[in-house]
Amino acid sequence: MDETAIKIENLTFFYNTDDEETAPEDVLAGVSLTIEKGSFVAVLGHNGSGKSTLARHLNALLLPKGGSVCVFGMDTKDEELTLEIRRRVGMVFQNPDNQIVSNVVEEDVAFAPENLGVPSEEIRKRVDEALKMVGMYEFRDHAPHLLSGGQKQRVAIAGVLAMRPKCVVFDEPTAMLDPKGRRDVMDIIDKLRREYGSTVILITHHMDEAARADRVVVMSDGKVVMDGPPRQVFTHVEELDELGLAVPGTVRLMWELRKNGMDVPLAALNAQECAEAVAEYFGK
Amino acid sequence: MLKDITLGQFFPGNTVVHRLDPRTKILLVIIYIAALFVAKSWISYACVLVFLIFAITISKIKLKVMLKGMKPLIFIIVLTAALNLFYGSGEPLVEFWIFKITRDGITRAIFMSARIIMLVMGTFMLTYTTSPIMLTYGLELLLGPLKKLKVPVHELAMVMSMALRLIPTLIEETDKIMSAQKARGAQFDTGNLIEKAKAMLPILVPLFISSFRRADELATAMEARCYHGGEGRTRLNVLKFAVRDYGALSVGVAVLAGVAVLAGFGL
Repeated sequence: MDETAIKIENLTFFYNTDDEETAPEDVLAGVSLTIEKGSFVAVLGHNGSGKSTLARHLNALLLPKGGSVCVFGMDTKDEELTLEIRRRVGMVFQNPDNQIVSNVVEEDVAFAPENLGVPSEEIRKRVDEALKMVGMYEFRDHAPHLLSGGQKQRVAIAGVLAMRPKCVVFDEPTAMLDPKGRRDVMDIIDKLRREYGSTVILITHHMDEAARADRVVVMSDGKVVMDGPPRQVFTHVEELDELGLAVPGTVRLMWELRKNGMDVPLAALNAQECAEAVAEYFGK
Repeated sequence: MLKDITLGQFFPGNTVVHRLDPRTKILLVIIYIAALFVAKSWISYACVLVFLIFAITISKIKLKVMLKGMKPLIFIIVLTAALNLFYGSGEPLVEFWIFKITRDGITRAIFMSARIIMLVMGTFMLTYTTSPIMLTYGLELLLGPLKKLKVPVHELAMVMSMALRLIPTLIEETDKIMSAQKARGAQFDTGNLIEKAKAMLPILVPLFISSFRRADELATAMEARCYHGGEGRTRLNVLKFAVRDYGALSVGVAVLAGVAVLAGFGL
């Protein structure tokens, strides 16, 4: 059994311009990345780093201008496979208002399985399961526009889960949400990995969200500039600063403490680790 | 002000009217409209009115909501009534300057305004009690035979359902833009008609632009969820005619037949 979920090789992409004088600028300039099944990868980068463009290549919304993207062994360039790829790689977008297609929650969740030609009884089962999974079952006959932003985003996630994807790409899913909504979405991502063993790719610029991943990929100007476990990536405090990315608050604190001559480990991904490290330093 | 727009809104419920097959409801509305246009006398209008009141009552739609939806139409109704009032034939009851009001004019004015009010209320009943997806699904099935004539039935139905879906979102957006413009000193409620219309321009431009952006994002999201046209699509809720549908249709047809017979007798 092949353990690779997504294999990207030397991917380049640019948006076509109407202006023939200027050469189009590469949004992606040779990205190579292999993502294993069941892993949780966070892709970080400032605005315009190409991270959303990369995400759109994973389910054939965009096709490579150079190089190749292979998803569960299927090349995204093969148009016959587009639907097969999209049912395996679900995608959740930033603005929940712009991805909900129906005026009734359960009808919206049913949209993807309906498109796939799933029989009605099976759709009912999947819709109920997906809504329970995101904790929105009791809202199934509500109108989405009367829900809060976080609730809408959960409905949108349920709409993707109803396809039973093997991999879910979250494209800045919390950017428009309040702290409660953000927490709910992150909890769903954890649950998705724990209970379904799904591969999760999270595009974000929140460091504390990325800290939960197994692996962090940092992008800048259409290239992968860092790649590794969060503990390792976040030790490059200065480089990340230069890229316009702030490291998690706890790492920043450790870094400042070290600068002031305290010999504490740099990688503390949450407040507890941070506290333990400081306590240890003071011999307690 | 924008909160008053109830056009295309759906009030979820679990009454018999809500549970009727959307196809039944669409056909009933057509029958109902036909009956309204065939009706010529007090008694036939009364028949249609009883039918409407019956439908409103069992659907548990509040009369207040209905009347609120009628608000934007007051001008048209008043204008129609006034025109009919002054253009009746026969012996004038009241006469002043060039206007004369006749008995015939009064009757016609009442009939015409009743017709418009009942027409709108009847169609409201359809959209208030049927979710847009069900409505378009019903339409798609009813128009299904036209597919043979290469009419893009599914696409039209999808366009309609998207439009209905976006109404509340765009209303919300308009409110936001208006607040933003007001915060920067724009005045929408003062001045004459032309000034008011001019003040609307700074609302329409951003609304237009954001609608395009929204449409683009929504299309991408639909594609990501495997939308590829109507071919091979299945449904969460499959439509099946039930006993209540045949019952409702029979009542509708009976009302239409009754009104037609009355019209035949010149009533």
